[in-house]
Amino acid sequence: MTSTSLALAAPTAHAAALPATGAASLAWLLIAVPACSAALLLLLGRRSDRWGHWLGLAAAVVSAGLGLAILVQVLGLPADERVLQLDLWQWFSVGSLDVTVGLRLDPLSLTFVTLVTFVGALIHLYSVAYMEHDRDRRRFFAYLNLFVAAMLTLVLGSSYIVLFVGWEGVGLASYLLIGFWNTADADAPQREQAKSRENATAAKKAFVMNRVGDLGLLLAMMAMVYQAGSVAFDDVLGMAADGAIPTAWLTATGFFLLLAACGKSAQFPLQAWLGDAMAGPTPVSALIHAATMVTAGVYLMVRSGAIFQGAPAAQLAVAVVGALTLLLGAVIGAAKDDMKKVLAASTMSQIGYMMLGAGLGPAGYAFAIFHLLTHGFFKAQLFLGAGSVMHAMSDQVDIRRFGALRTAMPITWITMGIGWLAILGIPPFSGFWSKDKIIETAFIGEGLAPWLLGGVALIGAGLTAFYMSRLFFMIFHGQARWTTAADIEGEVHPHESGWLMTAPLVILSVFSVALGGLLTIGDAFVTWLEPVTGHAEHGHPVLPVHVIMAATLAVVVIGALIAWAMYVRRPVETVVQPGNVLVEAARHDMYQDAVNEAIAMRPGQGLVLAATATDRYVVDGAVETLAVGTAGLGRLVRLTQSGYLRTYAAYTLVGTLIALVAVLAGRL
Amino acid sequence: MSLPITAYVVLAVVLFALGALTVLLRRNAIIELMGVELMLNAVNLALVAFSRLHGNLTGQVFAFFIIVVAAAEVVIGLSIIVSIFRTRRSTSVDDENLLQH
Repeated sequence: MTSTSLALAAPTAHAAALPATGAASLAWLLIAVPACSAALLLLLGRRSDRWGHWLGLAAAVVSAGLGLAILVQVLGLPADERVLQLDLWQWFSVGSLDVTVGLRLDPLSLTFVTLVTFVGALIHLYSVAYMEHDRDRRRFFAYLNLFVAAMLTLVLGSSYIVLFVGWEGVGLASYLLIGFWNTADADAPQREQAKSRENATAAKKAFVMNRVGDLGLLLAMMAMVYQAGSVAFDDVLGMAADGAIPTAWLTATGFFLLLAACGKSAQFPLQAWLGDAMAGPTPVSALIHAATMVTAGVYLMVRSGAIFQGAPAAQLAVAVVGALTLLLGAVIGAAKDDMKKVLAASTMSQIGYMMLGAGLGPAGYAFAIFHLLTHGFFKAQLFLGAGSVMHAMSDQVDIRRFGALRTAMPITWITMGIGWLAILGIPPFSGFWSKDKIIETAFIGEGLAPWLLGGVALIGAGLTAFYMSRLFFMIFHGQARWTTAADIEGEVHPHESGWLMTAPLVILSVFSVALGGLLTIGDAFVTWLEPVTGHAEHGHPVLPVHVIMAATLAVVVIGALIAWAMYVRRPVETVVQPGNVLVEAARHDMYQDAVNEAIAMRPGQGLVLAATATDRYVVDGAVETLAVGTAGLGRLVRLTQSGYLRTYAAYTLVGTLIALVAVLAGRL
Repeated sequence: MSLPITAYVVLAVVLFALGALTVLLRRNAIIELMGVELMLNAVNLALVAFSRLHGNLTGQVFAFFIIVVAAAEVVIGLSIIVSIFRTRRSTSVDDENLLQH
């Protein structure tokens, strides 16, 4: 098995946590500030309309500043003291189970804190301009703050149950944000009302599919309580690492956690909600895809590393799910014409890379998180760039009607170009350093697994290059295919966005260029994560490293060249052309909705129908028959109540006679 | 010569039956009250006869109480009938079936 051969060094020793001091002891403020801001904005309502967005931005910036301070403090500590624990209060205690609310500050959670707060703050800044004309901007910021607070709870919690609170929190926030534009009034035009309903449906879909994942997390926690008697990371992971929990239970827990991650991170087979989630405002997509929600699954996988190391089957399943999703996502991305849906499919695919990394064992953990970090920056940048394009093109998203935008919006063009190169993995852009490492690690192992996983990762890189280049070329290059006054959408007047929107793009570009290379120097990032992921000796790939690297670059360049030949050299049709079976399937998200409908929804509906029928005919039937019987008896008895005095007297007489006869009969 | 006890009991039964039939068959409330009186007196007759038979006064005391209760009952019954007659101009008990159902 891949994983066992990798864990040459000691399995992830779970470092004991030290009490937090200094800035780290204020870590609770990271969560409290955006949470309070969200509460304030929601409670004040319209009264805070004029300044609410600035409060939201300020809360995000304060969190980012504090997060940075804690990061600096922890960086100043020796490597083996970089796991800090901040116990806050005892939540509840049931029998021998004590649940304490506490925060855990270690390299893994701090990486997330930095990503969430920093990228989050930039997205807040961008949203100030992007949502300028929305009458509910204040509410939007309240939800964004809630999202950040929930995500920080998720990554900072020191036990699975605190993680679960944040897990549900991001689920709620994403539900509120995806369905944000569902407020068309009853007297609004039909089209707006239909759109409103569609948005609400997308939000519900995300929520429901996430609930399926939550079930997995709950089951995992139940298994932990049963086997370890605790849900705290220290106890559960410590016991898992010591081999105190039987392999069967570790495997079960691992699969439950994988189910949870599939729901949250839109992995196969629960990925169908992510494309529809594009119904929300674009900054939300950036926040969900880059910094918060969908990355939570990868966090869960890496955080639970000790469990997966004890359960090779579950670990392999993680890798397989990741590989499948990365391929599926890439194929879907190559067929979509909706700019945001291409990016959504791309997220799915990139998260697939991270899951694949997480499924490769300790050697892959650091690279999974590394890719998550670099992806967080360049995906946020791509989404914000897409938002900027939508801003310029009257909110249109059909890339078949774009083209030649590079002159109209040069800053967006350059920054998105950097994001494009970064996601392609062209050196020295950041994506190269992280993705290449995952592909390399996928090739490590024995037997067939490395060839399959590595091969999929390699093909995925080529597909990524194709669909991202297709997106980039169709937006910025080729002929202008803009809608004119003759189209229903109306004429567009492309223009560059204001500085509030371009500034975050430029800042994110800097990170997309430099982050990967800088953190690779001296294996800085991998070493930084070692207190959490443990030190893993790297095995040897089945192919030489430079061959893998060359092959990756080659497929990336080929993918980009094919896209260039298809979408720049040849004119692009402005209407969708019928494609082959694969293209049609990809356009319909690989019929994932139909599959889910057939295997989950229909049987569920059948069950509900049967239950309803049982309730109506069996349960209600029994009760109603009893009621009808009683009423009938009453009707019979009522006949005796004529109201005539003499009749009653006769009853008395007859009764007396019967009593008399009975007594006499008894005597004789 | 003294009559056998059976004669008293038979007379009481006949009187009681006549009273009961009066109550059951007549419609006039006043006549019905008289039927009730007849039944009570039949019972009184039986009580006094048994009292004599046993040679003690228990039955006579009971009869005395019944007479008192019957007087009270007639007072109440008659006043009810009078008030019904005032509102409905009728003393027929079959007209008064307001308590039906």
